[in-house]
Amino acid sequence: MYRYDQYDHQIVKERVAQYRDQVRRRLSDELIEDEFRILRLQNGLYLQRHAYMLRIAVPYGLLASRQVRMFAHIARKYDRGYGHFTTRQNIQFNWIKLEESPDILAELATVEMHAIQTSGNCIRNTTSDELAGVAADEIVDPRPYAEMIREWSTFHPEFAYLPRKFKIAISGSAQDRAATAVHDIGLHVIKNEAGEVGFRVLVGGGMGRTPILGSQIRDFLPWQHAMSYLEAILRVYNQYGRRDNIYKARIKILVKAIGPEEFARQVEAEWQDIKDGPATLTEEELQRVAHYFTAPAYATLPAVDVEFEQKKATDKGFANWLKRNVKDHKVPGYAAAILSLKKTGVPPGDITADQLDFVADLADRYSFSELRVTHEQNLVLADVKQSELYALWQEAKAHGLATPNIGLLTDIICCPGGDFCSLANAKSIPIAQAIAERFDDIDFQHDIGDIELNISGCINACGHHHVGNIGVLGVDKDGAEWYQVSLGGAQGNHSSIGKIIGPSFSAHQMPTVIDRLLQVYVKQRIEDERFIDTVRRVGVVPFKDFVYATPIKADHVTGEDVCA
Amino acid sequence: MPPRSKLITLLEKTSVPNLIKDKLVIDDDWTVLRLNEGETADTVSVPVGKIIVPLAVWQAQRAALQSRAQLGVWLASDERPETLKDDLAPFQVIAVDFPKFADGRGYSIAYNLRARLGYTGELRAIGDVLRDQLFYMQRVGFNAFAVRADKDIHDALKGLTDFSEKYQTSWDEKNPLFRRAKRDTVTARD
Repeated sequence: MYRYDQYDHQIVKERVAQYRDQVRRRLSDELIEDEFRILRLQNGLYLQRHAYMLRIAVPYGLLASRQVRMFAHIARKYDRGYGHFTTRQNIQFNWIKLEESPDILAELATVEMHAIQTSGNCIRNTTSDELAGVAADEIVDPRPYAEMIREWSTFHPEFAYLPRKFKIAISGSAQDRAATAVHDIGLHVIKNEAGEVGFRVLVGGGMGRTPILGSQIRDFLPWQHAMSYLEAILRVYNQYGRRDNIYKARIKILVKAIGPEEFARQVEAEWQDIKDGPATLTEEELQRVAHYFTAPAYATLPAVDVEFEQKKATDKGFANWLKRNVKDHKVPGYAAAILSLKKTGVPPGDITADQLDFVADLADRYSFSELRVTHEQNLVLADVKQSELYALWQEAKAHGLATPNIGLLTDIICCPGGDFCSLANAKSIPIAQAIAERFDDIDFQHDIGDIELNISGCINACGHHHVGNIGVLGVDKDGAEWYQVSLGGAQGNHSSIGKIIGPSFSAHQMPTVIDRLLQVYVKQRIEDERFIDTVRRVGVVPFKDFVYATPIKADHVTGEDVCA
Repeated sequence: MPPRSKLITLLEKTSVPNLIKDKLVIDDDWTVLRLNEGETADTVSVPVGKIIVPLAVWQAQRAALQSRAQLGVWLASDERPETLKDDLAPFQVIAVDFPKFADGRGYSIAYNLRARLGYTGELRAIGDVLRDQLFYMQRVGFNAFAVRADKDIHDALKGLTDFSEKYQTSWDEKNPLFRRAKRDTVTARD
């Protein structure tokens, strides 16, 4: 993976010094909170309900074991012993003291990490495919391009005070695993007929209050022009994006207002002035960066390991885990194993300091000391020998990290919600937990099969509810927490935005709502049809009719439900 | 013509060193003219001397103003630098207003004035101009900073040197880091 050279070290070191001085000036009241807030946000420090939250950038989801051990150290020394992986492949800590935040950054810098631009109205951490470099369906490894975007976007002087936050995702595979359609810019690394590498460019996707899928504004951009073209997009957005209304300030609103064709035309006009200028990437630069992402020293292995096949045939638990949590690898005899952070009873994406140390050990022993974070909030060991999968599974299981539920009902994407986040209208983690408890039976989950259940505690949609096959959105009604349910959303190559099925529900009704939706699916499905395909075929109406057919009674009325 | 007493209120004038220009703190002898409510660009009186007028005033009173030996113009964050295309000669100063420091349009205005319109004179940031934005501002082409009056301008000066290196091109740096530096590959794996 990428390693800092003297320049990267210098820039991050100077950032720590700059930020430390900003904190000092805030504490001595040289800076008022209104001035400081925007500065700390550009460094990932949010004021939450109970304390500061620090979001640390995990560039395109890639981690070295020594970085994961640093997370464990931060969790113990500065937090309450755990962290939370986010839907943008970052990690955040929820109990941070402002005074200590510069020290955390200094410690992070020693393992080549930072929190630069993890929040604020600037270009955020670029996200990518968690199987980059190993996926069987990969066309071009997106990581070198992601790293070049990281460097280009870090402290870009012109685009630090955009109308709103700006998120870029990049994918280089046949199957889009980076949710590119719901990003401000989605890039697909592809090859043209001549075999040259370039990008298909989508712009104006996003979730939040106005969910929109990105529009293609260029079908093939030669890779050398990536940075100047991004610059042109950002310059158009910085000048013309709305600044009068925070809910209409994302680039998607601009693209929608003037239309993708007109937007593309403006970008093209802006680009002509800088095209072929010094920002044009060079073969040498690509080689320098790509060198960090060359394949590790894979052993020559048979495609099929006999002992592995035997274990798979005889151990049902192992077979279940293989079926859901292990993905194909492009090198014979290897596989990518997903460690589930969705064990029932644990908030989705949460991980303890001990587990962080443990997964770092697993990475050292099984996967060339590297890990990846998925935007579904799980972890990946990307280079595991097939022959070692059984041992890995047993170890992971002993530490609560082998729930065989990847892509299943309890692999819920969920934001921190009202338990932590000051933006939230409603709690989201307890909803995820209640649903996970209700459907904890793994055989039932395997029977239901592929399904995406996404929960957001507010309209900002950090829990990606718009693209959940079932989406749950926390809403506030007269001070009480309610949940709006949508159906038919999807991410990936056939992305779609879910449709709201009707009036919202109280927290205690939610497990029953999910149960009724699943009952309709089981009744309607044809053979191995996935949940999303059934919804697309029969439409929302049969689901809606059944969910609202009879009142859902409260099992035990508690909390906000009492006044609802 | 407004009464004389009212004219005074239109002017932002101080007597202490109040401008960073070319990395030095100096006494500013220019005055920024802002329209008060009820005043219009075509009727407001532009005092003699070193005055930086709003773009609209320049457009409305061009005939009277263009013969002045000393003149500046300022752009609001929602105004377009292209308006001054082929029209830069009369100005010793062009200023860009930041109504709030978080309004980043001024950065693209400055970049376009320099890179696309070829403006080479003084480019000044006015309005909500604070220490922690100066590094970015100088990168996109500003060389003068009218730091907000309630802030210590000598403290703000430190903002120009927050970083010694940068990755990407902008007005100040014609080549990105990868074209300027020999970046040896660090051993990729521990």
